[in-house]
Amino acid sequence: MNMNEEELLRNFEEKIDVDQKIEPRDWMPEAYRKHLIRQISQHAHSEVIGMQPEGNWINRAPSLRAKMVLLAKIQDEAGHGLYLYSAAETLGISREEMLDQLHTLKAKYSNIFNYPTLTWADIGAVGWLVDGAAIVNQVSLQRTSYGPYSRGMIRICKEESFHQRQGYEIMAQMAQGTPEQKEMAQDALNRFWWPSMMMFGPHDSNSPNTGNALRWRIKRESNDTLRQRFIDKTVQQANVIGLTIPDPDLKWNEERGHYDFGEINWEEFYAVINGNGPCNKERIDHHKKAHEEGRWVREAALAYAEKQKQETLV
Amino acid sequence: MEHTQGKLWEVFIQSKNNLPYKHAGSIHATDKEMAIQNARDLYTRRGEGRGIWVVPSDCIVASNPEDEESLFDPGVDKIYRHPTFYHMPDGAENI
Repeated sequence: MNMNEEELLRNFEEKIDVDQKIEPRDWMPEAYRKHLIRQISQHAHSEVIGMQPEGNWINRAPSLRAKMVLLAKIQDEAGHGLYLYSAAETLGISREEMLDQLHTLKAKYSNIFNYPTLTWADIGAVGWLVDGAAIVNQVSLQRTSYGPYSRGMIRICKEESFHQRQGYEIMAQMAQGTPEQKEMAQDALNRFWWPSMMMFGPHDSNSPNTGNALRWRIKRESNDTLRQRFIDKTVQQANVIGLTIPDPDLKWNEERGHYDFGEINWEEFYAVINGNGPCNKERIDHHKKAHEEGRWVREAALAYAEKQKQETLV
Repeated sequence: MEHTQGKLWEVFIQSKNNLPYKHAGSIHATDKEMAIQNARDLYTRRGEGRGIWVVPSDCIVASNPEDEESLFDPGVDKIYRHPTFYHMPDGAENI
């Protein structure tokens, strides 16, 4: 039974229209496959690079409890990276290729991880805002049309909710602490608020990858819809702990039923994407170094596997 | 490109004693022992499992999506394979 490209595409789109998942062995348009590989690998790289700003505070966590929690959270991020790499691999790209694309700057990761974590309050802000924004995006992606990606997202969302709560707990504690601690929490919010808003990407009117992604239900909601949802959720949480969101234009709009907010600094967004954020170089250099320093471990593991194979043959 | 990441394994987790093993996802490992350890680290960080199977992905034989109709449709129209197909006389108990 040989179907031509048109029929195959029609079958594919009919499945998508009734919300059936596309599985690795199903026919799919090349553009769908390419978009998914780009998006999922970028998502995986973000999880892995995202371990660095948090790893910066493991040795300086203020209590044993805080340290244990931070370690568990970072281990989760590694796990999430691995779920996502596996999902991308089902589309025919290898783990080695993805790592190579990261190291040669062909693949991106979330801009947010190119900002430094200067104080312990930043670990709070990262959990509360960065994981908070990621969760809004990931909850929506649980309904993505590609089966392995959707299943990965469901698993990740289950695990992520502790991340946001641990961050908010840190912020709440510091906001109720000494004046210096409160100032530190406010400063972390000031620095992480706008980069967190940028995590959702350009406005819909200016988003080059949105068209097909929405039609084929890779993404289920637009950048602006998700960003608005994040803002609407977060304002109340800031109020509860007595911190101020650094946006003078932030105002409840009765008519829209949403908060209005100020203009995002897109120049900064594109500067960071293009490699000019505060930590771009450090993040990639560190990843390359860790990868290189792990080479002997990989070689030893492969040599051991080879030796075992030969012993079974004898 | 050189292959440095070990081969791909599929992971099946038994969440409780007496429940069937369910596919959880995949991992990379160079040998069986590492595969079990990686699967443990990746898929059972919150007590999700009491048992793990790992199977090299290239050992799995899968049906083809194109064969879906010919494989599975014959099982759809045989409602007499279900107990609800049969008429029981009124008043009969424990059947």
